[in-house]
Amino acid sequence: MVTLQDLKRISDYEWEIPKSYREDMRVSVRLFATKRLLEEVVKDKSLEQAVNAATLPGLVGHVIVMPDMHQGYGFPIGAVAATRLPDGVISPGGIGYDINCGVRLMGSQISFDKARPHLDALATALNQNCPSGVGEKGAVRLSETELIAVCRQGSRWALKQGFASETDLRRTEESGCVDGADPDKVSVRARQRGRPQLGSLGAGNHFIEIDLIEQIFDTSAASVMGLEQGNLAVQIHCGSRGFGHQICTDYVEEFQGAVRRFGIHLVDRELVCAPLDSPEGQSYLAAMRCAANFAFANRQVLANSARKAFEQVLAGKVKDWHLHQVYDICHNMGKIEMHIIDGERMKVCVHRKGATRAFGPGSPELPDEYKPIGQPVLVPGSMGTASWVLVGTEASMLQSFGSTCHGAGRLMSRHEAKRNVRGEKLRQDLEADGIHIRAGSMAGLAEEAPQAYKDVDQVVMAVVGAGIARKVARLRPLAVIKG
Amino acid sequence: MEPVFGFREHAHTADWELEVWAPDLPSLLEQAARGMYVLSGVQLQAGSRQTCSITLHGEDAESLLVRFLSELLWLEQEEGLGFDDFSIAVDSQFNLQAELRGSAIVNLDKEIKAVTYHNLAVQTTPQGLRVTIVFDV
Repeated sequence: MVTLQDLKRISDYEWEIPKSYREDMRVSVRLFATKRLLEEVVKDKSLEQAVNAATLPGLVGHVIVMPDMHQGYGFPIGAVAATRLPDGVISPGGIGYDINCGVRLMGSQISFDKARPHLDALATALNQNCPSGVGEKGAVRLSETELIAVCRQGSRWALKQGFASETDLRRTEESGCVDGADPDKVSVRARQRGRPQLGSLGAGNHFIEIDLIEQIFDTSAASVMGLEQGNLAVQIHCGSRGFGHQICTDYVEEFQGAVRRFGIHLVDRELVCAPLDSPEGQSYLAAMRCAANFAFANRQVLANSARKAFEQVLAGKVKDWHLHQVYDICHNMGKIEMHIIDGERMKVCVHRKGATRAFGPGSPELPDEYKPIGQPVLVPGSMGTASWVLVGTEASMLQSFGSTCHGAGRLMSRHEAKRNVRGEKLRQDLEADGIHIRAGSMAGLAEEAPQAYKDVDQVVMAVVGAGIARKVARLRPLAVIKG
Repeated sequence: MEPVFGFREHAHTADWELEVWAPDLPSLLEQAARGMYVLSGVQLQAGSRQTCSITLHGEDAESLLVRFLSELLWLEQEEGLGFDDFSIAVDSQFNLQAELRGSAIVNLDKEIKAVTYHNLAVQTTPQGLRVTIVFDV
């Protein structure tokens, strides 16, 4: 186990596990955390998993771990690792089963005071309009031909079907469509799982949340995003559903053989990988991009359903019930990007598993209106605590492959959370705090209790302190819909 | 004293970790399946029974275990079927033939996204075999 004594302090918010910690490490591990968070981090196996990730072939720079890190499988959650092209590897376990799990934020001109009498009805309407829960099918049933179109076009497909606007796409990472998706690289099983699931939230930690914009820290950035203190905002957190899970499962299996063929020694079989320029690596990239595009379309369809719910409840009662897109980000993805590493500009594959892209001001990948301020970063907290809107910085480009944290990060196991928290009691407590709850299962609600998560304010303090993000706004939950 | 076969859940920060033990590989696979169903809160319909035959191959015990459980997840999530009666045979080349008897799932508390290979190693012990499986949930 990695201990606090193994960590070298770089600054108050940045620490290193040097390459010398274990002889099979190819690069060092850099972690962003406050001292308080570090004491929590060393209690689980996340740092050991980060050290394991640092053994993969073709890594450049450091393996980065974010302050919301926690134990996962293969890579820890909250990890960023970049491998050089063409012969570095891509690892499906370094991206995760829920490919392009991500968050969308929509802002509004609806004031909390005007909306307050309708919050319960809004929670009900969102729950009815946005399918959620274990095994629940989506709002849209796709034919095989339509699924292939979704794989190739992502949110552009949603735009053609009337589920999206041009602004929605412009304000989505990759404009809602990653190039290079090839549905032929996706198994029959994955396609079968994906067809009925578009426009569904799923269960677990996925949610739709109505928030109050409680505090603004950067007025000009908030203004560009259309976020005003005292108004409502909506977050949607979900991914590629069974479609992505099956694609990852298929390729983790396929790569078990690939590592033997390429003579890659692994400390953990979940780290299976293949060189980016190999047929296996290229096939996975093409299939992963199908799942990424599916997830973009999924959040877009859900956003459309959320807008309908707002219209149903608020039309005629408030002046403007429209929800405008702020941004849509991915936090489980592998992407080919240009970065400056040790002074050299190079093309790398950035694995982000539970980490958000956080490109700084001027990045050509950003829509024009966000170029001056940097990319919006969406950091949801737990359902009883704050969420944050941040922006990427120049430092994030140099220190963390243009990445930052993705949430509060789990602290307590699901088992322990269920043992310590009664779902019904939690629901009552949250309702007493003015948070309207709709949940498919009380046991599932207990697993996601706020006390099962780290303090999101500490997480944000760490990334802001380290300079890899900047605060824009803090949100407070008013209604939470969970599967 | 610990029974000759069984399973127990261990704390894992984000996912589920299940320790499984049994005298031999077929019964280890069966215990792993039963443990996975318990974690997910699977409840089967009383009455009407269905039988399903599975043929699988693994390169080793670990890959066979992942493939077997992944197959059960597929049947659970796509066909809505769960099983409580297992006849499993595995030869020395890790070829599996199984006859599974069960019925439609009437309740599922929690969906498992995937069976992972994370630190997966089937260990030989004086009592038989032991493994710890991490499920992504």
